[in-house]
Amino acid sequence: MIERLARVPWGPLVMVAAFFVPALGSRFYTFVATDVVIMGLFAVSLNLLIGYTGLVSFGHAAYFGIGAYTTGILMKKLGVPFVLAFPAAGLGAGLAALVFGFFCVRLTKIYFAMLTLAFAQIVWAICFKWNDVTGGEQGMPEIPYPALDWMQRLPFFGDFRASDHFYLVTVVLVALCFWVLRRIVGSPFGRLLTTIRENPERAEFIGVSVRRYELIAFVIAGIFAGLAGGLFGIFNRGVFPDFAYWTKSSEVLIMTLLGGMGSFWGPAVGALVLLVLNQQITSYTEYWPFVLGTVLIVILFAFPGGIVGALAAGVTRLRMRHA
Amino acid sequence: MLEVRNVRKAFDGFQAVGGVTLGVARGQIAAIIGPNGAGKTTFFNLVTGHLRPDAGVVILNGRDITGLAPHDVCRLGMGRSFQRTNIFPRLTVFENVQAAFISHRGRGLSFFARVEGLYRDETYAVLESVGLQDKAGEVSGFLSHGNQKQLELGIALASEPELLLLDEPTAGMSATETRETIRLIERITRDRGLTMLFTEHDMEVVFSIAQRISVLHQGRLIAEGAPAEVRSDPEVRRVYLGERAR
Amino acid sequence: MVSSGALPDPSFLFAQALSGLTAAMFLFLIAAGLSLIFGVLRVLNFSHGSFYMLGAYLAYQIVQWAATTPGRFWWATIGAALGIAALGGVVERLLLRHLYAKEELYQLLFTYALVLILGDVAKKLWGTGQLSVSRPPGLTGAVELFGTRLPYYNLFILLLGPAIALAFWIVLHRTRTGRFIRAAALDREMLGALGVNVTGLYTGVFVIGSFLAGLGGALVTPVKTIVPGMDVEIIVEAFIVVVIGGLGSFWGTFLGSIVYGQVLSFGILIFPRFSIFSVFALMAVVLIVRPWGLLGRPLR
Repeated sequence: MIERLARVPWGPLVMVAAFFVPALGSRFYTFVATDVVIMGLFAVSLNLLIGYTGLVSFGHAAYFGIGAYTTGILMKKLGVPFVLAFPAAGLGAGLAALVFGFFCVRLTKIYFAMLTLAFAQIVWAICFKWNDVTGGEQGMPEIPYPALDWMQRLPFFGDFRASDHFYLVTVVLVALCFWVLRRIVGSPFGRLLTTIRENPERAEFIGVSVRRYELIAFVIAGIFAGLAGGLFGIFNRGVFPDFAYWTKSSEVLIMTLLGGMGSFWGPAVGALVLLVLNQQITSYTEYWPFVLGTVLIVILFAFPGGIVGALAAGVTRLRMRHA
Repeated sequence: MLEVRNVRKAFDGFQAVGGVTLGVARGQIAAIIGPNGAGKTTFFNLVTGHLRPDAGVVILNGRDITGLAPHDVCRLGMGRSFQRTNIFPRLTVFENVQAAFISHRGRGLSFFARVEGLYRDETYAVLESVGLQDKAGEVSGFLSHGNQKQLELGIALASEPELLLLDEPTAGMSATETRETIRLIERITRDRGLTMLFTEHDMEVVFSIAQRISVLHQGRLIAEGAPAEVRSDPEVRRVYLGERAR
Repeated sequence: MVSSGALPDPSFLFAQALSGLTAAMFLFLIAAGLSLIFGVLRVLNFSHGSFYMLGAYLAYQIVQWAATTPGRFWWATIGAALGIAALGGVVERLLLRHLYAKEELYQLLFTYALVLILGDVAKKLWGTGQLSVSRPPGLTGAVELFGTRLPYYNLFILLLGPAIALAFWIVLHRTRTGRFIRAAALDREMLGALGVNVTGLYTGVFVIGSFLAGLGGALVTPVKTIVPGMDVEIIVEAFIVVVIGGLGSFWGTFLGSIVYGQVLSFGILIFPRFSIFSVFALMAVVLIVRPWGLLGRPLR
């Protein structure tokens, strides 16, 4: 029984189920679901670095922010259609990741982390101060929605609101991104990344050029973070400098840890739980940071494998008892 | 096959390796021995590219590899095992060896293929030759020390090297395990026509399989030759006086 | 203030340099504790800034309670520093200690969780308004120095900073405990094997670092307003300082503080639009070119 449950392809199932959220008819549910789906992608992209390669980045929000600004600037200021502006987010973020990553991967551990943080803060500072291009401190409000009128002609989905239509587009795009990322981690490249995580010295001596692989992973992670950012800017109806601020980086880091770094879907689960928790708690109290900090401590001490890790351990225990 | 000429390495003024010259012929089994701190591991690190020598050259098959990065040295046909067990703990035994094949056969930058059954036959062949085929699915971090050492040998073999460097392959093993490991190493070297250079502490091991022995003491070579010569060398005896042979 | 081409007024430059030095001394107090904790425990303690902030709030509170007691500023300063030291001790013994065996990421995230928690605790206890503490009587007033007015309190800080640095150095290099601390930074296992109580040493180091943070917070109250967010502001600056100076290097931290203080002071003049940028750019440049900072040990 446990075996069969464990083998269910939960990830794809959830993505399909996600399609039906707008049918619930609530603007609020669609809002939260869009947020979760986008941040889920963001977190899973970070986990490529942390969970699979063992690289702890404190500045992943930089690529999120660059992606958001790229799409925002293209769509709002240059009238570029979404179908081009969206991939451009990935491209822009990927290029930045290539440049920043080149320097970062030459360092290890805490120095690596600090340089990723420094670069992210530089990106933030640029967004904050470059009034002409990025709108400066005020950011860029009123990013236009992509042209989604064609969706009104669809059966079943045609009657939904624009925000629902955008949500559906988001689900499709994110599902595609997840599929690609899933293939990457399940590929020979992905396997070699785990060797770097486990033992970088040994990885070198099976012929893996650790720096090169880390850089590639860094760029891939940056691309998908950028794509998430591109979507988020539109969803948020505005792009702001704090998309690249270190608090955003810490947010996505906590999501990854909360859900579990040891599995592919863990960080997405973490994003879901954290955002829902945030919604619930902030409606009662202003002391969300306190709650977040406490949750974090509980995870660190009691559930280091995150939610998914704890579930997996539970399943293993049940399996052993039935064996 | 391997020629090391006059390599030196100093750390903060301490001369770890001072002008060592040695050569290993193709198909030979050679050993480097010496008391603790003699510089054996440092010497290995200089040969494999983990450290850059202050002076001297390392030549593999006529090609100067001095100062090349470890992953490049590995690609040129040198395999290595480490003194402290150096495996990929959270990967399974199978995955450990498979990873080495993936890297060696150049499939590392393949982003969309599925990794599950890749190089299955080759991996199982290696696992069989080191005696771990029954443990293929086990997480390697949970294996016994002896098994982990076998796995390490397997990983080194998967890189299909011509020259194998083993750093204290029987460290921490019981007498039985040591004997088994020696037999294993001997068999593999013969079956695959490998050249081998290993460092050891255990004199019994060394004298049983090495064809040529170099003795290191305080970073310098003090004797070299066939086992019988080295055994009777007075300098060697002096250095090892007081040290109990196992 | 600086028009292109014209040479600025020397007394103005001197004033800027002095203000940079004063800022540096405060920063040194915080950064020294951070560097010490990192050097020995290998933990980059994000909550160090929170201890600084709590030190400020605690000093404020004690001053309020002590109402008209003479010397209350000094009692508050010592009280706050000791209080934060105790807090540090509790945190290390009860919580942080259990994470040493785990990956570094966990320790870092723990200290970050503390930042979140302590930040809200301060918000709950003292609200979000700006608070301040007046200078201690006896150190009000100022002295004229090369055409600029230097408040006595700032002069006090400018003298205290190096004094503490010197005291610190003496303890680290001339006492037995100091030798143990330095040894623990190099090889904790060896030290433990030699029979030294390394666990106790760790707690001690964390307590000392926390004391310095609390002291810094208490001493900064007459100069800066106490606001939420000062924890994050100072920890970011302290990070930059220890990176510039070299993680784990004592004089590096001192030098780094001075360098940073001047960069901040003069950076605003040269690049008024990009001062926040230049600070992080400096950190990035140091990490790229010389990650071990000015006086740290080259990475192995």
